[in-house]
Amino acid sequence: MKCPRPIIEVARRIGEVSVGSLLELLADDPAAGPDLAAWCRMRGQTLVASEAHRFIVRRES
Amino acid sequence: MDGAREVVAGAVGARPDEVIFTASGVHASQAAVAGLALGRRRVGARIVTTAIDHSAVLAAAAAGGAHEAVQVDHEGHVDLDRWTAAIGTAGTAAACIQVANHEVGTLQPFAEAAETCQRAEVPLVLDATAALGRIDLSDMIGWSALTGWAGAFGGPASVGILVIKKNARWRAPYLTDDYQAGRWPGVPDVPAIYAAAVALNRWLQSGRTVGERQQELVDQLRAGIVQRVADIDVAGDPVRRVPHLLTFSALYVDGETLTLELDKAGFAVASGSACSASSEHPSHVLAAMGALTHGNVRIGLTWTTTAAEIDQFLTALPPIVAAIRATVGAS
Repeated sequence: MKCPRPIIEVARRIGEVSVGSLLELLADDPAAGPDLAAWCRMRGQTLVASEAHRFIVRRES
Repeated sequence: MDGAREVVAGAVGARPDEVIFTASGVHASQAAVAGLALGRRRVGARIVTTAIDHSAVLAAAAAGGAHEAVQVDHEGHVDLDRWTAAIGTAGTAAACIQVANHEVGTLQPFAEAAETCQRAEVPLVLDATAALGRIDLSDMIGWSALTGWAGAFGGPASVGILVIKKNARWRAPYLTDDYQAGRWPGVPDVPAIYAAAVALNRWLQSGRTVGERQQELVDQLRAGIVQRVADIDVAGDPVRRVPHLLTFSALYVDGETLTLELDKAGFAVASGSACSASSEHPSHVLAAMGALTHGNVRIGLTWTTTAAEIDQFLTALPPIVAAIRATVGAS
């Protein structure tokens, strides 16, 4: 998946978890890390973990 | 050549015999960083830059063996406390900072950063590429080498500018000959250098009103884009910036499609998105600032850009972004 696909998928799935729960993203796109951090800032969510190809977001609202 | 050197020297508060013309801005950056580091190799090999310097500067610093890239804030300003700590670290041979960032336009606190370097006696490269002709640098002190590129102010792309202060301990990091006082080899391209000087001189003589107009037009663009399109991330300092640059990203949009659609609509723009680069990596500038890297567009206003053209862009952009978002099912 290349940018912006991983972020679109996160946006689509975040509604499926309850507030306070975690969503995991696996993506090998080099833009996924910086773009997920930017998306969390723009959407008021929290990036809990950001590793090479694995990212965890906590739904805040 | 003498006249061209005088124009550049006047612009940056240097002496004409301190001015060298290289074959590109990248060459000027490499020569400045590597040459100051070579002159100080007994001190150490550490080179300090910011995280958002031009890739030519980052590559030259990394090639020296020990590179520290100081973090920037969300608008692109270098953290001065971290800068001071990095400059004060033992073994620091040289440092480099931009006057203004080439992608987002943010002005660095370059006077303060230069003062830090002077106190620590670390020679500084001032990268004036995005600022030359647009920001008054004639009173600027505290740098050992200054770099620029004629292509950034409407001159030929084949002329780089390198100014090395007489008292700087700079050594050519390549073989030289008799040309340009043994600081850049080969016969100078005099017609191109003359054209570069004419372009720079035009900015110095009558660029002020153009810059003021560009500053206002970018303000209008910035406000208009955010007003008309949802989920836009505008990068860079809205006030302390060069007049002509604006960078923004549209959420859920791919940068390559966006630039192609804008091109079809008659607007030539650049992009820092990974999909529009050959490397598959997004702009290191946007990533370091925490800005959104996909759906990125960089606009550079020209000498003749009008308010009517800004309005045309603001009319063209919303349906293009909406159409791309519709194809990926995002809104």
